[in-house]
Amino acid sequence: MVPITYYLLLAAALFCMGMFGVLVRRNALVIFMCVELMLNAANLTFVAFARMRGDDLGHVSAFFVIAVAAAEAAIGLAIVIAVFRSRGSVLVEDIRTMKH
Amino acid sequence: MNIELILFGAFALLTLLSAGTVIFARSPINSAMALVSTFFFLAGIYVLLWAHTVAVMQVLVYAGAIMVLFLFVIMLLNLGESPTRGKPTLARIAGGAATVGLFAVLAIILLKLPAAPATLSAGTQASFGTIATMGQVIFTQWLLPFEAVSLLLLVAMVGAVVVAKSRI
Repeated sequence: MVPITYYLLLAAALFCMGMFGVLVRRNALVIFMCVELMLNAANLTFVAFARMRGDDLGHVSAFFVIAVAAAEAAIGLAIVIAVFRSRGSVLVEDIRTMKH
Repeated sequence: MNIELILFGAFALLTLLSAGTVIFARSPINSAMALVSTFFFLAGIYVLLWAHTVAVMQVLVYAGAIMVLFLFVIMLLNLGESPTRGKPTLARIAGGAATVGLFAVLAIILLKLPAAPATLSAGTQASFGTIATMGQVIFTQWLLPFEAVSLLLLVAMVGAVVVAKSRI
């Protein structure tokens, strides 16, 4: 049995990599993919704690996270398509209408 | 050194490598393919954690449905490679520092967690992680959240169509 701390450290590393991508990348699609990485890190934490406690509730939480991620991806990609139609770019620094 | 630890190490290494490729790949399509492999390796890790149902959902929903959506949008938009890369701007340095700081804090906290007994009782072992148990938990204790999620998916679907459609 692998110690649960290893799984949690892996989830932390995955979350941090996703956060780095969100902070650094300029392409909105890649930013969405990095958000998916962060959601997966959260899922891994849920499942690891479920294994530790012998409780299925973590699996149910992961199920709900996956469903919310699917909804988020659908809406986010629709917004990306709409922005690309009106602005011709998916780079987040080209989209600053609401900045000023 | 048992086989489970070796498998975990391999899956963890491959997951982190794929995640790094997602972040640092030049073209979005390479990022998307690396993300698919990340999801597959994570499914392997879920199997190691006895979460077979979650692993199957990971492959079906994430690697199947969501990534097809991503690839579809990338190909629809016909994006090229990112124009600039590798220049350490202030934002990138700050982002890297914030990331390293967060990981350091998380690692310190996680290493201080009390070591838990990682064995399951014989009663829970047989049914742990099966779709029957998950369904029982969802449809008894979590029925309202489950229905709310179905409503959420419906709203997301309608919203995506409304936002993404061209002018009527």
